[in-house]
Amino acid sequence: MNIENIDRRRFLQLGLLSSSGVLVGSLYAFSNREVKKEFKTYDDLRHYDWGYVVDTTRCIGCGSCVRACKIENNVPDTFFRTWVERYEINKNDVVRVDSPNGALESFQNNNFEKDVEKAFFVPKLCNHCINSACTQVCPVGASFHSPDGVVLIDKEHCVGCGYCVQACPYGCRYIDPVKGTADKCTLCYHRIQHGEAPACVNACPRNARIFGNLKDPKSKIRKILHQRRYGLLKPDLGTNPKCYYIGLDREVK
Amino acid sequence: MESFNGFVFPNELHITWTVMIVLYPYITGMVAGAFIVSSFYHVFGMEKLKPIAKYALVSSFAFLCFATVPLLNHLGRPTRAFNILLTPNFNSAMSGFGFVYMTYMVIVVLEIWFSYREEFIKRYHQSDGIVKFIYSIIILRNTNVNENTHKYDKKMIVFLGGLGIPIACILHGYVGFLFGSIKANLWWSTPLMFIIFIFSAIVSGLAVLIFLYLFVHWRRKLKINQDSIDLMSKWLWGFMIIAVTLELMEILSISYERTEKWAILQHLINGKLKVSYLYLQIGLFSIGPFILLSITTLYKRLNVNFRNFLIWLSSGMLLLQVLFMRWNVVIGGQLVSKSMRGFTEYFPGFMDREGLIVSFLLILTPFILLRAFDKLFPFFDKEQALNK
Ligand code: SF4
Ligand code: SF4
Repeated sequence: MNIENIDRRRFLQLGLLSSSGVLVGSLYAFSNREVKKEFKTYDDLRHYDWGYVVDTTRCIGCGSCVRACKIENNVPDTFFRTWVERYEINKNDVVRVDSPNGALESFQNNNFEKDVEKAFFVPKLCNHCINSACTQVCPVGASFHSPDGVVLIDKEHCVGCGYCVQACPYGCRYIDPVKGTADKCTLCYHRIQHGEAPACVNACPRNARIFGNLKDPKSKIRKILHQRRYGLLKPDLGTNPKCYYIGLDREVK
Repeated sequence: MESFNGFVFPNELHITWTVMIVLYPYITGMVAGAFIVSSFYHVFGMEKLKPIAKYALVSSFAFLCFATVPLLNHLGRPTRAFNILLTPNFNSAMSGFGFVYMTYMVIVVLEIWFSYREEFIKRYHQSDGIVKFIYSIIILRNTNVNENTHKYDKKMIVFLGGLGIPIACILHGYVGFLFGSIKANLWWSTPLMFIIFIFSAIVSGLAVLIFLYLFVHWRRKLKINQDSIDLMSKWLWGFMIIAVTLELMEILSISYERTEKWAILQHLINGKLKVSYLYLQIGLFSIGPFILLSITTLYKRLNVNFRNFLIWLSSGMLLLQVLFMRWNVVIGGQLVSKSMRGFTEYFPGFMDREGLIVSFLLILTPFILLRAFDKLFPFFDKEQALNK
């Protein structure tokens, strides 16, 4: 059938019909889809210890992860659960670091006009430290470790004193201006519960962010940690971060 | 290699602890300091301080009543404040706060009660109607006054005063510890912090007592008890020397060690904190009162009125010194980025919920309360003072 032969009216009718068909069909499909709520027991959760690898050699600073996180978690403007830093070192060994709006809109301009000798990007997020400073200082116990190794905040209990914000050496926490409670990366706890990857891991086009179970000897993350050389942020503070950085430069703090 | 270029972590553009958290240690400092001064007489029996002992105690109470207001104003969820008592996490340095505070409150209230019991009973007999009823509740319907009760009251005051000293030190040293134990913050994390806080508390306590005492006595044209003032000003001189020395020692050791943190802290001292720390806290408001108090303490032949004026002036300056010290610690520490590469900005704003006008009102209220307390528990010895 030649589409030009159909008059305008008929074309619209056809379009309307077919699109409503799709709509009804999908409604039906979704309404019948059984959303299985998995409730893991405490003992189930003990089989996991979530860890995170950031491959700084792969990151291109596109900021997709920052945008994905913002949408997924409704992060308020000018606050960040994750952000990307850019390091540029020129011929005279001058270091410039920036992260304009957390790289939400990626990076627009260079820091140096010319002579950039070395440059790289470093994504940052909560390190889900084993000896986390933030949970130690929370006066009401609202910050805690989940059995599967994620540092979480009970927002029904947090008083918003901000002590944890002061205690985190990595600037990962903030007080949510609307809720008045502390907030930070949860590794998308609502997603990883169902076996999905955190939004940032999903969004990264370069696989610079890798996420997995440290307790599973066959997991990808364990393999990477066995094969590659990696560093930790501020290891001297004894927080024991569980976010491992491949290709970490000495300038990164 | 230049590594300093003004980078701060994106979340650090916001200051978490505002000027409210500056006020809290400022006010508790005066609480602890004033209490310790009152104990000089009550516990250690320094007769010269007798005329100001009650006044010091009541002042401590007035400040104590307001110490938590800035905190509550600052909490993101003030309605949940009681969680700190209900579900304390004892790993946290902050969790004991509620308990220490309440213990201290109980001690101060009891000590005031024992100090004023006889006074209250006298007033109970003099008044009638609803006032009499109120007094009868305050004295718990016990109108016994005799040699024995007098002795007993005295004993309790000594006991409570003695117990109160360590608690006052804990209350305030503890605030210092809250800051000093944050390893993430380069400007705060030092074991000296809580000692510095205790000494600066005593300085602010002495300073506020002298400042108010002289001010009130001048206004009401009462006779000034020169012995007390001289003694207190000597104490003030001594304690301010210790406090300022400790503050300077801390900077000295950081700067001499020249570890990584000095690389950024020197920019803090010479940059963002240049005026409030170098010029005001250390310069004008430490060296100034030090010189003035040295004169009043060492140079005996000074005209009394002039001497009192200098003492009053230096106590006012030391009150500002301590306020600036709190500001420079609390705000200064947060200005330094944890990336060690730059500084963030902070200005409280005038009309904000945690702004300057509210702060000003919060500082003023304890003084107004104290004025009201003067009616309830008269703390200046009127008879002696009126013999002018
Ligand atoms: S990175 Fe900061 S917020 Fe995350 S667990 Fe460690 S101390 Fe806590
Ligand atoms: S802000 Fe909330 S989570 Fe953080 S220390 Fe205070 S109560 Fe705990």
